[in-house]
Amino acid sequence: MFRLEPRKEPSRLMLYLTPFFAVVMTMLAGLLLFYILGKDPIRAITLIFFTPLTTLFSLSELTVKATPLILIAIGLSFGFRAGIWNIGAEGQFIMGALAGGSVALALYEVEGIWVLPVMCLAGALGGMIWAAIPAILKIRFNANEILVSLMLVYVATLILSVLVHGALRDPEGHNFPESRLFHDSAILPIFIENTRAHIGFVVALLAVAVAWFCMQRHIIGFQIKVLGDAPRAAKFAGFSERNIIWICFLSSGALAGLAGIFEAAGPVGQLVPALPVGYGFTAIIVAFLGRLNPIGILLGGLLMALTYIGGEGAQVAMSLPSATTSVFQGMLLFFLLATDILVNYRLRPISKLSAESGTSAVKFQQAE
Amino acid sequence: MDLFVNIMLGIIIAATPLVFAAIGELVVEKSGVLNLGVEGLMIIGAVAGFSATVETGSFILGILAAIAAGAILAFLFGILTQTLLSNQVATGLALTMFGLGLAALWGQGYSGKSVADFPRLYIPVLSDLPVIGPLLFSQDFLVYVSIGLVIAVAWFLKKTRGGLIIRAIGENHDAAHTIGYPVVRYRFYTLLFGGACAGLGGAYLSLVQTPIWVENMTAGRGWIALALVVFAAWRPGRALLGAYLFGGITILQFHSQGFGINIEPQLLAMLPYLATILVLVLISRDKLKVRLNAPASLARPFYATT
Repeated sequence: MFRLEPRKEPSRLMLYLTPFFAVVMTMLAGLLLFYILGKDPIRAITLIFFTPLTTLFSLSELTVKATPLILIAIGLSFGFRAGIWNIGAEGQFIMGALAGGSVALALYEVEGIWVLPVMCLAGALGGMIWAAIPAILKIRFNANEILVSLMLVYVATLILSVLVHGALRDPEGHNFPESRLFHDSAILPIFIENTRAHIGFVVALLAVAVAWFCMQRHIIGFQIKVLGDAPRAAKFAGFSERNIIWICFLSSGALAGLAGIFEAAGPVGQLVPALPVGYGFTAIIVAFLGRLNPIGILLGGLLMALTYIGGEGAQVAMSLPSATTSVFQGMLLFFLLATDILVNYRLRPISKLSAESGTSAVKFQQAE
Repeated sequence: MDLFVNIMLGIIIAATPLVFAAIGELVVEKSGVLNLGVEGLMIIGAVAGFSATVETGSFILGILAAIAAGAILAFLFGILTQTLLSNQVATGLALTMFGLGLAALWGQGYSGKSVADFPRLYIPVLSDLPVIGPLLFSQDFLVYVSIGLVIAVAWFLKKTRGGLIIRAIGENHDAAHTIGYPVVRYRFYTLLFGGACAGLGGAYLSLVQTPIWVENMTAGRGWIALALVVFAAWRPGRALLGAYLFGGITILQFHSQGFGINIEPQLLAMLPYLATILVLVLISRDKLKVRLNAPASLARPFYATT
């Protein structure tokens, strides 16, 4: 049998290796799952993890799905580093889409290259305001940010529903609960022709670079890390916890809001009740998969996007249930958290020899 | 009078799943573990209870399946957080996501199916009394179980040796370990209990409250149950009170038209979530009080050094 022994220092090797372990274990568990479901396991895994990498179109789709995941996960990673848990990114995503989308609809058929920037600004602001609620309630009233931010997801979903049924409904849409299709000036430019790959992905890459700089080179990143690793030390050093809470919530809200308006003005092109598809929650997995490190999040976001696209492909090709993807994503996070232990602990086999040497060491100490 | 009885019946039905989930989580948190996966446990209970009842035609087997499913998933949480020392917040989120996905996968063939009416208590004479009859003597047996469970938990935590050990572990796991109590083993017990309760709460949703299977049918009730534990200041009696309060808010939307209130149904549907936020704000305002009430070891990892 094995025994867990704390490491003197966290293993950097394991920090980077364990996400790969987790992916491999998820694939193995997936084989088992498909076998139980009575589907060809090898074919399903191939369709999910490898087939999307073989055509240009599915690669371009990869960037479409990865954009919101990366943007949101980058924002969340700041808070998670500091021990501040904003898990309501899905709600901030919706409010961003609503705010930016409202601008698009208010400026309907207004031409100009300034329309999109204004929409994006409104989107980021919308997400930011929604994220400010749990922040202020935590700072002023000590209310648990996990529960407040999550409750606000349900509220945001209902607000979206009210508005697309009412104020924002397409006047020529035969009472369907949908907004108008955004006009051309309000649609994100495409960077690969005949695909849906929009420039939001470029913004996401930019966010990765900025986040990397903040975390590694800026005092804010340092303060966030200290608050997360040693809250008391942060206090003694005079770091303002209040400011860090604000920064974490507002930045993650803004990025989630931006992701929301990118989704509405990108692949979807209008406001619909089905706009939120869970990116805000999947991004939590992406943040952990990427080890809360911006570069890692980029890779994690792409991998998670792969499971979305591959999952859809497998659903069509093998008539798999649509929930398969979320089961996969849940398993991935489980395995990741399970293998996490290897970072801070090492496995030591408990053999007779080491047990004996252990007791002799004790005896030796006593003799001293 | 009929309206009053109807509203009260509605409150009881809306509150009971919350009572189960909250009382289970309360015991878990009393032992110092924060399981944020209640939503995932409830939805698994809902689908397990519903599918087992459809397949076997027996409510008892359905309920047992829900209890088992909740406990198994909670066991998984225990392996991760207690044995492998993973972060409890992240693992709870993972449990919720995994639970929602697995339940959707499991429930594929069951949407559109239905189960028989859940049997209700009937005592001649007593059940026929006006007002008191339908409210007190004509409920389904799970309502009585839920209230009995709250009383049992309150008694257990306060008056028994096992309850004392659980509270000790929750307050200071290092000290409890030093005295010789098996911290991890007790935490597994409470987790299994909490999982079983949440599973049962889920089954109540899919077998009694709305006897059908719909994806995501828990709609945040697991999270509300978590907030209820904070609201209750970790006291069983107050958890029961809180659950009934929330039951009242939830069913307000179904009766609002009866009172002549005419607003968007979505706005009324927001009420339970907004109320949760309000309650959290009111309860948490006093930092010191929360710190005194909350188990001191809550969500802290435990590694036995010796």
